[in-house]
Amino acid sequence: MSTTAGEPQDVPAAPAAGGAVGAAAASRGSLAGLGGDQRAIAAASAVLPADSPREDAAATDPRAAATDSPGEDAAATDPRAVAQAVAEAHRREWALVLAATARVAGDLDLAEECVQDAYAKALTAWAECGIPRRPAAWLTTAARNRALDVLRRDVALRKRLPLLLDELPDPVAEIPDERLRLIFTCCHPALALEAQVALTLRLLCGLTTGEVARAFLVSEATMAARITRAKKKIAAARIPYRVPDTEELPERIEAVLAVVDLVFTTGHTAPAGPELVRTDLVDRARDLARMLRVLLPGDAGVAGLLAFILLTDARRAARVDAQGRLVLLEDQDRALWDRDAIAEGRRLVREALRRRPPTRYALMAAIAAVHADAATWEATDWPEIVGLYDLLLRYRPSPVAALNRAVAIGFAEGDGYGPERGLEALDGLALEPRLAGYAYLAVARADMLRRLGRRAAARAAYEEALLFTDNDVEGDFLRSRLQKLDGNS
Amino acid sequence: MSKYLVLIYEDEASYATADAETLNGVLADHMAFIADNKDAVLSGEPLMPTTTATSIREGVVTDGAFAETKEALGGYYLIEAPDIDAALAVAKQVPARFGGVEVRPVMVFEQP
Repeated sequence: MSTTAGEPQDVPAAPAAGGAVGAAAASRGSLAGLGGDQRAIAAASAVLPADSPREDAAATDPRAAATDSPGEDAAATDPRAVAQAVAEAHRREWALVLAATARVAGDLDLAEECVQDAYAKALTAWAECGIPRRPAAWLTTAARNRALDVLRRDVALRKRLPLLLDELPDPVAEIPDERLRLIFTCCHPALALEAQVALTLRLLCGLTTGEVARAFLVSEATMAARITRAKKKIAAARIPYRVPDTEELPERIEAVLAVVDLVFTTGHTAPAGPELVRTDLVDRARDLARMLRVLLPGDAGVAGLLAFILLTDARRAARVDAQGRLVLLEDQDRALWDRDAIAEGRRLVREALRRRPPTRYALMAAIAAVHADAATWEATDWPEIVGLYDLLLRYRPSPVAALNRAVAIGFAEGDGYGPERGLEALDGLALEPRLAGYAYLAVARADMLRRLGRRAAARAAYEEALLFTDNDVEGDFLRSRLQKLDGNS
Repeated sequence: MSKYLVLIYEDEASYATADAETLNGVLADHMAFIADNKDAVLSGEPLMPTTTATSIREGVVTDGAFAETKEALGGYYLIEAPDIDAALAVAKQVPARFGGVEVRPVMVFEQP
């Protein structure tokens, strides 16, 4: 990698040799002007142009201006447009840029610093020379150049090289899409699930440590320690920066899907807090699932998970009313459901279900699709849903799936169905240790008892559910149900 | 290549009550494991049960294992592997029918 003539156009200059201080230190310095983390870049449209790191402009080789032709947008040098372009590149390209840089840097921390530096540099370079046609390529080259520069100068760092590379990248070749390596490293089963999730949000979504900490309701110091510990284990235990072999691939993809599913589930109904949905997490999960879909187009689990996310999140606008109160599926205004998301999800479900046996996510998506297909609550095909849960339980037994099956039995009509049968199925789960303290078991019981007119028992079950609920919106809903019960008694 | 220590933790009571046929089966399993992984296995030894252990803490000698647990360290293999995935592939084959194994990377010190 060099800055000689004949390079592709979308290439920033290498850091000027010599002049700068240690690159890692310089990157911290330039980022300090932006508030010290890349979150500032994502929010750059708000702070520019006043806070743009002018001191960094000196590091930008003027030759870049000659070779890097601006995009067609005439307002390319408008700081607001530049900030927007950088923010968008941060959202869309972070993982691509980091993954490619990690292979050159050989170290995740160094790679992160270099990528943050590249984004900071883009703010000034793009303002002066125009927004490149391929922002990701520009950013990747800038970050990789920075990494190589640091490694050239810092021999001690080069010796450390903790990231395990199977082969050295060819610096001249077209920069390949390395995101799968990064994904499988972040979601390695030798890391704790919570660490996998944290690393995924940090390294693949570009969230700051503070943002990840807030998402999982822990202090920033705790999350920082968790991420540091995970990175240390990657180096010490030699977790390879590599896509697994075909033989272990299915199992490893399953681990990746579990991480994305956890991010989605945590966002879909926040475990605690004032809001029902954590939109940021849901959007990140969908972005991750889309990324996986691009990288693993033939995988039925990936198709199923993306379908599940799309079909479930399609109901987002209908899940709370104007006052922010919870609206049950039963009472939702189905006109508010996102029809485009449903159509896309439905196509993906069909594809995912072709795999035999069906994956867990394909079945979960199929269940969501049955709801999406019902024009009204009354038109819901509950026996079909029960049948899908039966399949799910056969391939992937889980107490939560058994609970949902019991609920579906309670709503279905006909022989073997109805609230009485649903309650029986729920009672069979009462001693399941993994459901102890699980609010939805109590909620499901309460609802079934309410529909059967057994008010005293329903009240006790709602009160039990309240004990296990930390989400304010869900709590308010349960209290309103209790009030209604009292009003009728 | 890196070194990993595979620590075998098993329920000692199961061994104490096992019949000769079971014990012979375990031994045969280990022989087969070593034969199948002779390139990776550097060394390995079984340990006598924790009833024979002696612990020393701050110079004070006491009878018994350092930490009382249901599943106790009962043996180890020192293996060599290019990365954790390869190490885990070997460790998964280590016989441990009354428990499981723990894989720990061996610390490496930089040569000055």
